[in-house]
Amino acid sequence: MSEPPGEAWLHPSPRLAAMRRAEVAAGTAVTALPVAAFVALAARAGVRAAIPAGLLLLLGVLAAGFLADRFAQRRVRAWAYCEREDDLLVQRGVMISRLSVVPYGRMQFIDVVAGPIERAYGLATVRMHTAAAASDARIPGLSRDEAARLRDHLAQLGEAKAAGL
Amino acid sequence: MITSPLDAGTWHRLHPLSPLIRAGRLLIGLGVVLAGTLSTGGRGGRGEILGRLPYLGIVIVYGVISWLVTRWRIEDGDLRIETGVIRRQSLRFPLTQIQAIDIVRPALARVFGLSELRVRSGGSEGGAGRLAYLTASEAESVRLQLLALARGSEATSAPDAAPAFERVLTSVPVGRLIGSILLSGIAVVVVVALAALLVAELVAPAAAVAIISSSGAIGIGLLTTVWRRLNSGYKLTTAETRDGLRLWSGLLDTSAETIPTGRIQAVQMVEPLLWRPLGWVRLEVDVAGRHRREGENPQESRQLRAVLPVGTREEANRLLGHLLPKAPSERSPAPARARLKSPLRYHNLAWGRNQRYAVTTTGRLARVTSWIPLAKVQSLRLVQGPVQRRLRLATIHLDTAGRNLHSALRDRDADDARAVLQELTGLARAARRA
Repeated sequence: MSEPPGEAWLHPSPRLAAMRRAEVAAGTAVTALPVAAFVALAARAGVRAAIPAGLLLLLGVLAAGFLADRFAQRRVRAWAYCEREDDLLVQRGVMISRLSVVPYGRMQFIDVVAGPIERAYGLATVRMHTAAAASDARIPGLSRDEAARLRDHLAQLGEAKAAGL
Repeated sequence: MITSPLDAGTWHRLHPLSPLIRAGRLLIGLGVVLAGTLSTGGRGGRGEILGRLPYLGIVIVYGVISWLVTRWRIEDGDLRIETGVIRRQSLRFPLTQIQAIDIVRPALARVFGLSELRVRSGGSEGGAGRLAYLTASEAESVRLQLLALARGSEATSAPDAAPAFERVLTSVPVGRLIGSILLSGIAVVVVVALAALLVAELVAPAAAVAIISSSGAIGIGLLTTVWRRLNSGYKLTTAETRDGLRLWSGLLDTSAETIPTGRIQAVQMVEPLLWRPLGWVRLEVDVAGRHRREGENPQESRQLRAVLPVGTREEANRLLGHLLPKAPSERSPAPARARLKSPLRYHNLAWGRNQRYAVTTTGRLARVTSWIPLAKVQSLRLVQGPVQRRLRLATIHLDTAGRNLHSALRDRDADDARAVLQELTGLARAARRA
């Protein structure tokens, strides 16, 4: 499923891609480091066989990191949102693709969350809550300004179109 | 003491016997433990029980203090409850937000002619106001007044002046209820367990004894579940009143609920496989809000209320006619290739809609039909998994504020699904404004 045409679709900030890449890189490094240390120790102790095996393992870890990165990048590209007249559309997911329609009048509250890593990249996540627990609408990796704009815009529209339970 | 609970603005107390009844459950529990210990003849056990008595005293004293500091009143269209011994709580329930009102009468409270009044609001947590306990007549008059306020009309000074009309829609015969429990999943579990035990007895008698002695807790759990079902469905009567739907039920612990018109988030009809030869169905409604407070047993806090625990197709249709006037009748089945993805569900998958409702059917063994008023839809989701993508299928989920009932248009043609999503979004918007 791709985005339906004819609407003005917006995407998370390009910095989200950089952030995900950094996260994957950090994860790969944390996994690779003990392997490398083990190879070094084995080489020093004179266990010859450990060196090719360890290098192979290292290569495997790097390859896995590479694949994880490609997957993460695809997932970043899959995020999109669109503010229509009466509702917000949020598209996400690669393996399982999801398109949520959240009417403005149904939004109970909106929060903007920024974790430490997101903050370092100047990003924030906007999350919309409705009375239904299942409607999980969030948009990660928005620039601070865009997150603030979206929050205010949604809150304003939500107030204008509010409907009772 | 509280002769006119309807005087707005004055504070009221709960019935003085309340702490005793609240402690009653503990007393019964203690009695069971005591009996158990005495019957096994443990002499040390007796000392243990005596050692626990101070706890009972503490519980009762705490209950009395808690009663002393609890008061409630109706003020400016709000129900206000002030309570709490250590942590003071001042609760305010706006009556225009009431989702349902229940009168619950545990067996012990019935002995003293007392009732608990419970007000459910749509909040996500702790959304229930409890007044435990009031005298039965008091509870009834408070209920009527709250409903009148919730309707938006001014509280009538004498609520019984207007004759409350009530028309009984359905009532469940006891025999059929027992039959339905015997034909439920639990009964199957019991039969399988007994069969397994019999086999074990024949093969290895020693093992069978060990199984019996170790599975006591499971047995008690099963019995409790069966009892709850029996109690909650016992003589369940559904009636139509001015304020909405009214339900009474209960063998020992009775309850009476009122669900105001327009508060129903979804209706579900379940046709279990074992009931199909008899043509029996179960009808349940879902109301907004989740209320989970300590001291309530799960049976009381359930949200998915069976308005008809077991009934014939005819009765179900009659009730549905009242709950959902002008429900859509035509259904469109899922595309044939959905059989590959959901082989067991396929023959049940279908959906339909009109201006007011969407209806979906699904289910593997039991057929489950759910109706959602489009005006209650909170959000819609179009989801496509990897298998569905290969088969060009997609699922549309309809999210409502009800917590227990999930309805989805499963495995529709992917291209159709996009159009359907647009259509349902538009219909839901129109229904909300209507």
